[in-house]
Amino acid sequence: MNIIEINNLVKIYDDRKSVPVTAINGITLNFREGEFTTIVGPSGSGKTTLLNMLGGLDEPTSGKILIDQVDLSQLKSREVIDFRMHNIGFVFQAYNLIPVLTALENVEFIMHLQGKPKAERQQRARELLDQVGLGDRLHARPGKLSGGQQQRVAVARALASKPKFILADEPTANLDSKSAETLLDIMEKLNHNEKITFIFSTHDARVVAKAHRVITVEDGLVRSDVDYPEH
Amino acid sequence: MIPSLSWKNIWRNKVRSLVVIGAMTFGIFGGLFTWAIYVGMTESRVKEALTKEVAHIQIHDLKFLDNPEIGLKLPDPAGIVRFAEGLPGVQAAADRLKIVAMINSSAASSGVNIYGIDPEKEKRVSELYTSVFDSLTLTAKLKLTDPAVIAAYLKDSTGSWFGSTQRNPVIVGETLARKLKLKINSKVVLTFQSADGNLTGGSYRVCGIYRIDNTLFEEMNVYVRKPDLATLAMLPPEQAHEVAIFMKDGKLMNTAIQSLKSEYPDLEVMSWKMLLPDVAMLSDLVEVSLVVIMIIILAALGFGIVNTMLMVVLERVKELGMLMAIGMNKTRVFTMIILESVLLCLTGAGIGMIFGAIVIEIFNKQGIDLSAFAQKGMEAWGFNAVIYTSLSWTYYLLVAMLVIITGLAASAYPAWKALKLNPADALRTE
Repeated sequence: MNIIEINNLVKIYDDRKSVPVTAINGITLNFREGEFTTIVGPSGSGKTTLLNMLGGLDEPTSGKILIDQVDLSQLKSREVIDFRMHNIGFVFQAYNLIPVLTALENVEFIMHLQGKPKAERQQRARELLDQVGLGDRLHARPGKLSGGQQQRVAVARALASKPKFILADEPTANLDSKSAETLLDIMEKLNHNEKITFIFSTHDARVVAKAHRVITVEDGLVRSDVDYPEH
Repeated sequence: MIPSLSWKNIWRNKVRSLVVIGAMTFGIFGGLFTWAIYVGMTESRVKEALTKEVAHIQIHDLKFLDNPEIGLKLPDPAGIVRFAEGLPGVQAAADRLKIVAMINSSAASSGVNIYGIDPEKEKRVSELYTSVFDSLTLTAKLKLTDPAVIAAYLKDSTGSWFGSTQRNPVIVGETLARKLKLKINSKVVLTFQSADGNLTGGSYRVCGIYRIDNTLFEEMNVYVRKPDLATLAMLPPEQAHEVAIFMKDGKLMNTAIQSLKSEYPDLEVMSWKMLLPDVAMLSDLVEVSLVVIMIIILAALGFGIVNTMLMVVLERVKELGMLMAIGMNKTRVFTMIILESVLLCLTGAGIGMIFGAIVIEIFNKQGIDLSAFAQKGMEAWGFNAVIYTSLSWTYYLLVAMLVIITGLAASAYPAWKALKLNPADALRTE
């Protein structure tokens, strides 16, 4: 079942001060539940723009994005924010944890935004941090965690809202190889055991190696879309 | 969690936050202390005016204050006193003779108002008697035992409130005493026009010298026994030119005035504010001007806070983008930034208010003694040279409200800037 349907998506950046830039030039794609997909391509290929639009962070110039049959372009900005909160998880390249909150509080934060009661938030946050191997670092602030640990907290946070899919933009870019491997193993396990859908934007060959589907984007177009069921 | 997050965000840059808090602390402390000084001065002046100069209400013949002729007497002063004392909130009333006269000593002469009073009744409407020290009481108060020291005090004593057994005692103010070179037992002659239109005079002995914070009042007003003055002025002893009324509950003053006006429509009934419009104006003006001063202080501090909050937003563009990306709506982002500013302001203001309250309380008890610098000048205007700071809790509440408004106003623009961020662009920020 498709959880995401992209139909002839176009994104042109035109600030009227310089030459308009076509970041996405007509992409049509579908994503199914439980995928572990990477989007690869050189810098400027449009993969981050594509990810931003999948996450509702940017609006298409034309075309449609349906997430669970909901057309994002028909939603008001407040509704898009609300939709993101309940349906989409994010893992950013630069961890982007809230530095003044502990690991537990960072994971709780999204559930607080959703209005979940405190006991439920804390229970789930503990479970998620346990799942990512940080059950003993609940009360550590990001400043006291390594890069890999911070990124694992970010994964736990992304999972906290029970999203339909998680978008990960270069999640291993700032990690050493060991941390990157650990993180990818966790994500792979979550995908395999809990059928959580991951969509990566990456240059990292290790991520590509684990992906079940690799979409190559270049000059704003999909150049190839290959399944690797044996990964 | 948003308030908690806002509070924690304040302490991300401790130095910067402490600087802002420090500025707010000193600004609020300075404003409150200035307030307390002026309120204390004003309260002291008003209290002095009420308790030692004019009381709360005075009643005269309609024409008397414009032209204080001896013939403009009150009808049935005893009846007016009885009626007034029956009104709610009235502590006491006393009738007085008031005659414009000349006072002459061997050294000089001066124009004065002579008040003919009943010394005991007068104590119920005026505390002037407390400003005339009985020499024996003074030495007992100071627990003096050395005869030489006691003699020195007795030599400089200010006498008593009509405790003398001498004939025709008079109490004069210290400023007048210095002008006429008077001491206790000095002889003076009071000269005025009597009821039959002739110039008359009488010899009096100084039995007491009073000292209050108003040198002009001291110079202008002397007190004698009413029967003594009535005899000299050829007036019946029961007559009076003025009834003074002192309230035990000042809030009921206006009600009492209305009742008196209704009962005595042909007489002039005036509150202290009408008798001393400069003091009344001072009281009102001080309150308004101090609020303006506080607003100016907070506005100046507010500009600093705008700068701080703008830096806060610009430093956290990427984080704000992340927060919006994961689902924090604009209302919450706005609230978070506004709360940071308000909490920062309230922290500084809170410390400033606590510090201010402590210092104000200390100086309320021991006073700020300006007598070395400005005694004469202050007493010329009716102010005590020792200022006792005073500030009621309502002022603190007002300051808290103004601080919150400052925090809100100062962060509105930075918060608006945060709302304008595009999450995708913000996330790309280095």
